[in-house]
Amino acid sequence: MSEKQLQVNIVAADHEVWSGDAKLVVAKTIVGEIGLMPGHEPMLAILGAGEIKVSGDGNDVKATTELGGFLSIENDQVTVVMRDGGLDS
Amino acid sequence: MGAQLRVYRQRISSAKTTKKITRAMELISASRIAKAQQRVAASTPYTKAVTRAVSAVATYSDEDHPLTTQPEQIRKTAVVIFTSDRGLAGAFSTNVLKEAEQLRTLLEQEGKEVEYYLVGRKAVNYFKFRKREFKKEWIGSTDLPEFETAQELASTLTEAFLTDYEEGGVEEIILVGNHFVSMISQDPRTTRLLPLEVVEAEDESEAELYPLYEFEPEVDQVLDALLPVYIENRIFNVMLQSAASEHAARQKAMKSATDNADKLIQDFTRLANQARQAEITQQISEIVGGADALGNTDQDN
Repeated sequence: MSEKQLQVNIVAADHEVWSGDAKLVVAKTIVGEIGLMPGHEPMLAILGAGEIKVSGDGNDVKATTELGGFLSIENDQVTVVMRDGGLDS
Repeated sequence: MGAQLRVYRQRISSAKTTKKITRAMELISASRIAKAQQRVAASTPYTKAVTRAVSAVATYSDEDHPLTTQPEQIRKTAVVIFTSDRGLAGAFSTNVLKEAEQLRTLLEQEGKEVEYYLVGRKAVNYFKFRKREFKKEWIGSTDLPEFETAQELASTLTEAFLTDYEEGGVEEIILVGNHFVSMISQDPRTTRLLPLEVVEAEDESEAELYPLYEFEPEVDQVLDALLPVYIENRIFNVMLQSAASEHAARQKAMKSATDNADKLIQDFTRLANQARQAEITQQISEIVGGADALGNTDQDN
C-alpha cells in the first residue's frame, strides 16, 4: 500500500518553479507558519515574505519569496503561488 | 542608353541590400516568436492557479469588495493601450490604436470621460503627434515584457481605481491589446479589467465545484491580497500576448517585404537585361550601318 503523498506545484509569475510529491510542506503565511500534511482540509492561505519548505523522500526543496503570494490545498494537491523569488540552490 | 542601364543596376543593388535587412529581421522575429510563446506557456500554471483561487474565494464570499463592486454609474474610464516600441511590424500597432479609437467613440457616446495609459513607444508617439493627453506611459520592454512592469502598471491602475471620482480617480479600466491567435493572425482585443469579472480559463467547459475552503486569515483579507495578484497577472498576460503577437506580425511583415524585394530585383533585372540588349542591338546596327555606308562608297569608286 502506498502512503498518501502531497502533490506539490510551486509556480512563479513567469515560470513553474517546482513540482513533485512531498510529505510535508511548511510555509509562512501572513499570520504565522503553517505545516501541511496529506489529508489536510481544503484551505487557501496568503503567504508573507519567507521560506517555503517542501520535504519528501530525500528530496527537500526550499524556495524563498519576498513579496509573498498564496497557497491552496485540496485533495492533497498543494499549489504554492509566489509573486517573486525562486528555489534556493 | 548606357545611363539607363546604370540606373537599373543601382536599383537592383539597393533592393538587394533592403532584402538582406528584411530577411535578417524576419529570421530574428521567427526565433523570437518561439521564445515569446514559451513565455506565455510558462506563465500559464500561475494564471491557472491565480484564477482558480480568485474564483473560489469569489464563490464563497458575498463580500462587497471595492474592486469587484460595480458602481451605479461609470463616469470615467481608463483605457490602457498596448502597442509595440518599434515599427516594421505591419499593422500591429495601427490595429490596436484603431480599436482604441472605436472604443473611445463608444465610451463617449455613453457619456464617459476617457483617460489613457500607454504601453509602447508607438502609442506614445501617436498621442504626442495628435497633441492628445495621456496619463502615463511605459516604454522600452514591449518585445520582452518583464513582470516588474506589470506590477507597476497594476499598482498604478489599482490606485487610480480606488481613488474617488471627485478626486480624479477612474471607475472602470479597460485593456486594449493584441491577442495571439496564431502565427498569421493576431486580433486586437478589448478586455475589461476593473471592476472585475472573474474569467475562467477558456478550456474549462463544465463548471467546477470548489471545495469548501478554509481561509487563512479571513475571507475578505484573502480577497484583499488575491485581487492585486490577479490584476497583475491579467496585465502581464496581456503584455506577453502582445509581445508574441508583435513578433509574429513583424515576421509576417518582413516576409512580405522580402518577397517584394525579390520581385523588384527580378523586374529590374529584366529591365536591365532589356536595356543592355537594346544597347548591343543599337551598336550592331550602327556598325552594320557604318560598314554598309563604307561598302557603298567602295562600290562607287
